Amino acid sequence: MTTLASRQEDNLVAARETSWTTIWWLRLRPLLLAVAFPAAMLAVWHFATVGRPGSLIPPPYEVWLELWDLAFGGINDDAYSKTLHVHLLASVSRVYGGFALALIVALPLGMLIGRVPLVRQLLDPTIQILRPVPVTAWLPLAMIIFGLGPRSAFFLVFLGAFYPILVNTIFGVRSVEPRLFEAASMLGCSESAQFFRVVLPAALPSIFTGMRLGLGFAWVVIVVGEMTGVQTGLGAIIMEARQLSRTEIVISGMIVIGAFGFLSDQLVMLIGRRLLAWSPSHG
Amino acid sequence: MAEAPVPILEMKNVGKTYSQNGRSIEALRGANLRVKKGEFVCLIGASGCGKSTLLRMAAGFEAATRGDNLMWGMPISGPGPSRGMVFQDYGLFPWLNVRDNIGFGPKSRGRTKTEIRETSDRFIELVGLQNFADVYPHQLSGGMKQRVAIARVLANDAEVVLMDEPFGALDAMTRERLQDELVDIWSRTGLTVIFVTHSIEEAIFLADRVVVMSPGPGRIDNEYAIDLPRPRDIASPEFNEWRRLLSSQLHSHHGRRAG
Repeated sequence: MTTLASRQEDNLVAARETSWTTIWWLRLRPLLLAVAFPAAMLAVWHFATVGRPGSLIPPPYEVWLELWDLAFGGINDDAYSKTLHVHLLASVSRVYGGFALALIVALPLGMLIGRVPLVRQLLDPTIQILRPVPVTAWLPLAMIIFGLGPRSAFFLVFLGAFYPILVNTIFGVRSVEPRLFEAASMLGCSESAQFFRVVLPAALPSIFTGMRLGLGFAWVVIVVGEMTGVQTGLGAIIMEARQLSRTEIVISGMIVIGAFGFLSDQLVMLIGRRLLAWSPSHG
Repeated sequence: MAEAPVPILEMKNVGKTYSQNGRSIEALRGANLRVKKGEFVCLIGASGCGKSTLLRMAAGFEAATRGDNLMWGMPISGPGPSRGMVFQDYGLFPWLNVRDNIGFGPKSRGRTKTEIRETSDRFIELVGLQNFADVYPHQLSGGMKQRVAIARVLANDAEVVLMDEPFGALDAMTRERLQDELVDIWSRTGLTVIFVTHSIEEAIFLADRVVVMSPGPGRIDNEYAIDLPRPRDIASPEFNEWRRLLSSQLHSHHGRRAG
């Protein structure tokens, strides 16, 4: 406490003595640092590829043109022009659809495994063995079971989101502080009511972490998921463009996935901060 | 105080044996305790003397292996709102703010929204946390958390308040303030309090009756009615006499008896 207070005091003294330019520099520094690395990468990329017709990787400017063309058209006027919204919508609906389905299955299942010993003994060993199997390894089997097309993609996205949600839900409902059950029961809260009034809120931070990881994984596996022969989707055009050696489309697809994955995570974080204001590690 | 025919709490020849890794550990042997309504009883003793076990059995968290635990002459079968517990580590619900923590008991018992609100506001005021009603536990100091824990038990119409070293984790200043406040609340409400502590001074300051326990196996050694007038002065010679007496009682079990 004393060290913290004195450090704060030091900061105050320092702030009074420093000029405005220094203060602006302190504020801008994190932003500049965050931008510096990608800018350097971009520069390396540019100088390594520009003016080389034989290069398999197009320079950044060409990727930018392609990205513009994908979104608004008017540059190449080929089969891909002005189609970004179609692919984006297809991928977003698979990501959120698969994620939602994973949520619907993993949440109740995780709660049952976490709280009911019989269910835990019945299902936990199987899940522990299936869990390390990577989603990519499921691809052939998924195509046999669900056929070529969006249903397989949906299944793989579901699988990617499923395990993080399940594992974190089990952890959350199992690691409720025993003291809280004692407190609830001495206050007259019946054991059946304790599930909704103690277990669920106490597990919420873990469940939320699982949801965040799950949604992240859903974005990660979308490309693999759309390798199953679907016509639309960001993953689908990346795979198609690879076969056509249209690397600028591949990179454009990667950029869009990165950007939307990031936005999607920010949205979840925003919801989490609202919902978990009580939790010192989230609020 | 009028003699009550049936004590509010009565423990008759109570014993508790745990089995741990195939070994059995006797935590408590042959404990007899009668607590009258409105009485403030302190249980004191070295660690392992069974004072917390005794308290947890009164709360209904643990069942006795021998003997009877009775409240108003009826066997205690489990935890319930008539016996509220205040834990050393608070046991507040971190996802509820101060008001909802205090309203947890009334809500569990199906009170209406307005009743819950009225009750929690009344007890927030009793413990002086009006400015912190919408604050979450992690934003409160230890002393404030313990005030919430006390208020939530009182808001639930507890007849007996069981306190397990509730001020043990607080700094000396906060501890003294809360001791004063507790005595004040107790004297205004007619509550019955059973208070576990390892501080001799705390026991003498608070209690009508001090129950001295000793370990190996845990048992009740002796009881002392503290007849000092309230409010008590910890610097008075009478207080010191009690301190000396209880201190020699407690230390006799460690082979440190004076002389």
